[in-house]
Amino acid sequence: MRDLSAARCLPLVSASTVLHALPPATRYVLRGGAEVRAAAESAVGCGIPARACRATLEGDRAALWLGPDEWLLIAPEPPPGGLAAGLSEALEGLAHSLVDVSHRQSALALSGPQATTLLAAGCPLDLDTSAFPVGMCTRTMLAKAEVVLWRTGPQVFRVEVWRSFVAYVSQFLGEAARGII
Amino acid sequence: MLLIDCPYCGERPELEFVYGGQAHVARPAQPAQVSAQQWADYLYRRDNTRGVHAERWRHTHGCGRFFNALRDTTTDHFRATYKVGEPPPSAAAPVPR
Ligand SMILES: [Zn+2]
Repeated sequence: MRDLSAARCLPLVSASTVLHALPPATRYVLRGGAEVRAAAESAVGCGIPARACRATLEGDRAALWLGPDEWLLIAPEPPPGGLAAGLSEALEGLAHSLVDVSHRQSALALSGPQATTLLAAGCPLDLDTSAFPVGMCTRTMLAKAEVVLWRTGPQVFRVEVWRSFVAYVSQFLGEAARGII
Repeated sequence: MLLIDCPYCGERPELEFVYGGQAHVARPAQPAQVSAQQWADYLYRRDNTRGVHAERWRHTHGCGRFFNALRDTTTDHFRATYKVGEPPPSAAAPVPR
């Protein structure tokens, strides 16, 4: 499905620090205990982190820890054949919830030397790499919007935003850039 | 900014959290067998502590989990946080500064 919310023109933050929309993705929220996490891994094709606030990335699949029994699974769109069926089969008989949230949110990438400075305009977390290293992810607040923030590189963040907040978040970061850069 | 130590995520900014009322309020096991007064007390009566108060918090904009905290209502200082189901740490523990 063409993601119209993210297709809106995003403000270019600066020549070196850039905000852009990432392509649509397949997203599932998986909830369940440790046995659910273990059972789902092979079907997802990616390790599912047990450690708090960590993400794993294997090829085109990612799994993000959102809570002690909650993970966000990300795969390409359209969903790879057999992903949903494989998950259902792997989780058969285990108490769990698996919800397709592919179109609930879309993803922005913020990259460049000012990325942390711009996020800090609206996010209260310590974004220094010592406190928020590469591979760390968490739900948090960015200004008035709840987002999932995932550091995929020293100067690169993936920001998962609920669709109706994409314009707000991107304009907020553009506004921050005008004040900072 | 006030940092609250989520038992799952570690120290996080206050604005990710939502207050959840007094902790350790036990629901009567057999509601039909308690008096109207006892049921009303369970529903509505809460302590109004001046000092260390055991209360529920939820890391709403983080891991989403409820947990318990011992907070001093006169200073807003969080003495301890602990998971639901765990006993409260001794309130007499020295206050870290
Ligand atoms: Zn938490």
